[in-house]
Order: sequence, then structure tokens, then C-alpha cells
Amino acid sequence: MPSLKDLKNRIASVKATQKITKAMKMVAAAKLRRAQEAAEAARPYSQRMSAVLANIAQAVGQDDSAPRLMTGTGKDQVHLLVVCTAERGLCGGFNSQIARLARDHTRKLLASGKTVKIVCVGKKGFDILRREFASLIVDRVDLREVKRVGFANADQIGRKVIGLFEQGEFDVCTLFYSEFKSVISQIPTALQLIPASAPAAVAETTGATAIYDYEPDAGAILGDLIPRNISVQIFRALLENVAGEMGAKMSAMDNATRNAGEMINKLTLNYNRQRQAQITKELIEIISGAEAL
Amino acid sequence: MVMADNFNFELVSPERLLVSGSVSEVVIPATEGEMTVMANHAPTMTTIKPGVVTVKFTDGKKDRYVVFGGFADIIPTGCTLLAESAVPADEVKSDEITRRIEAARAELAHAKSDDQKFGIETYLAELTTLQGIVVPV
Repeated sequence: MPSLKDLKNRIASVKATQKITKAMKMVAAAKLRRAQEAAEAARPYSQRMSAVLANIAQAVGQDDSAPRLMTGTGKDQVHLLVVCTAERGLCGGFNSQIARLARDHTRKLLASGKTVKIVCVGKKGFDILRREFASLIVDRVDLREVKRVGFANADQIGRKVIGLFEQGEFDVCTLFYSEFKSVISQIPTALQLIPASAPAAVAETTGATAIYDYEPDAGAILGDLIPRNISVQIFRALLENVAGEMGAKMSAMDNATRNAGEMINKLTLNYNRQRQAQITKELIEIISGAEAL
Repeated sequence: MVMADNFNFELVSPERLLVSGSVSEVVIPATEGEMTVMANHAPTMTTIKPGVVTVKFTDGKKDRYVVFGGFADIIPTGCTLLAESAVPADEVKSDEITRRIEAARAELAHAKSDDQKFGIETYLAELTTLQGIVVPV
């Protein structure tokens, strides 16, 4: 049975924890708003990129000149998994969900005799995957110092991936991240980056079939566009991740705050009971002492 | 002379939408030379080199933006410029360009094939030109 003083200390410490979780929740909420804005601001670019890409792919499509990034190597022996997670924890199951999806995928590939290479973006995913697949991790990207994910960060990862591809290090590249559905729901997603699946042509009112002049030729533009599109996809994934992380952190911290509240209530009840018991005990002692006289 | 028609112009970078509106004339630094886009331009798709985009709005106001690579999608009724990175010209900092030049130089040192070297050297030359334009000597 903890003493009165112990209880008092525990209540104080839980209260302090509650203050911290409450503050973290508030910070996450503010950051979430910013992350959502960033994700929304990035949307027009990726939308137009897909539209343009669809147009060009249609024009080039039948040619053999289509770049290898789009057609792939024709094999699917070596897989590269780019796993994007958060840099920090305390956000519920956010990181472990992504890691679990990547792990299941890896196991499945390994079981069917494929070779797997992993690039970790974010510390948490690295920590989880290292336990099981330490030998498969070929690289990791650290974004801890980055306050605000910019396109430059994504481009750097994109270049790394393309560099590996050009050296023939892998055949298929899959990106793992968490899609931001809402504050309470983030869905871990796998997206194939290479061979790039050309987005289905969007029937545009502008007459997408218009005959374009290409400067330089369509093949060259496509060759320039696809690496860029890969960076854009990664950028989008990173932004969705940040928004998802903040959403998950917000609800995790909300839960923690509520739990702390419950705990404080319980402890306070306990404390009051004990205090009263002690008072009663002391009274009985006094009364029985007086009676004995 | 017929008054120039207006068309829709959009300048988009991955981070945000910079310009979206009706303009009368846009000068873009296409890879194969600067080009002026006006309404009813033939459908063209072109890549962009680092340089300055000049936008002339319908009301005669002119804006300049510095872009670092990208591409433009031009149709008779509009023009969409997807820039890898774009900043209003008066906000651009010279050390930003210097940083890119240094990065390109470092890349050049590691380039293996001649093709790659050529590509980077071209990029470097474009950046240097851009620096000359933006930074008053």
C-alpha cells in the first residue's frame, strides 16, 4: 500500500505528464495544419505533371524509344523498397504500420526467391526494419535536421534511386508511405515507382489529342520528365507522411492526455480515501485513549 | 495592329502555385532558346533551362520570376509552366544560385560519361548566365 506521500508524488508526476502530452497535442495540431497546407499546395503540380505525362506517354507510347525508367529492365528479380517513415516516435501506430507493410512485402518477396534491397527514409522505420533485415538495408536518408520538407529533399532521394537504377542495382522500385486520409486515419500504401506506370490519360476538354510540337523531341522530354515525376511522387509521399505523422501524433497525445486524466482521478480518489482513513484512525486512537483513562 | 489576346498562364512549383491568371504575354527560357508565348500559340511542349520568366499581365503589370529547370505545356488557350523551383526575381538570393553552381561543380567532378559531363556543363553555363542577369555587378 503506497503511503499518502507516495500517492501525492504520483499525482503530481502524472499531472506533469498530462501537461506535456497536452502541449504536444497542441503542437501537433498546429503542425498538422501547416502540413496539410503544404500537401494541398503541392497538389496542382503533381496533378499537372500527371496530365502532361499522360499526354506525352500517349505520343511516345508505341515507340521503342521510351526510357528504361518507364519500361523497366524487363526483369523483376531485384526489388528496391524505399520505406518512408517519421523521424520521431510518440505517434501511435503510425511508424509501425508502414514498417509492417514493408516487412510483409519483404517476406513475401524473399519467400518467392527475389532479392530485396531497402532504403530507409526516416529514423523510425530504420530502427524497426534493422531488427529483421539489417543486411538488406543498403542506404538510409536522414531528414531529422529538416524542419520543413522541401522539394530538394525529395529530389535528393529521387536522384539516389535513379542513380542506383542506372547502375543496374535493382529492377523494380516500390515506395512505402502512409496516405493521409484524415486526422484519425492514415493508410500505409505501397506505390510502384519503377517501372513507372504512366497515369491513365485524362480526357481533357482542352483536346488532349492536339498535335504537339516538342522541343526537343518527345523522347528527350519524356526522359527528362520521368525522373522528375519520380521525385514528385517521393515529395508527395513525404508530405503525406508529415501530415499523417502529425495527425497520428495528435490523436495519440489526445488519448494520452485523457488517460492521464483518468489516472489522476483514480489516484485522487485513492488519496482522499487514505487520508480519511488516517483521520478516522487517529480519531479512534484519541477516543479510545480517552476512554481508557 | 490587333490587340493581343489574353490567355491563362500558370506557374507551378512543387511547393506551391505561384501565378495563375490571365496574361497577355509570357517570355520563357526554353532549352532551345527563349520564346515568347502569346495567345493562340501552337501546342508546344518544351523543357526549360534555368533563367528568368517574364509575365505580362492583362493590366500591363510585369512580373519576373527566376526558375531552375522544368518544362512548359503550351496550348492555344493557355500555358502551364512546371518549374522545379521558382522564386519571384526580387526575392532571389545570389547565394542560392552560388550554392547551385557549387553543387553542379561537385557533380561535374564525379561525372563519368561524356554525355553526363556535357549535360552538367551546359547547366553550369546556364546558371552562370542567370547569376549575371539577376545579380547586379
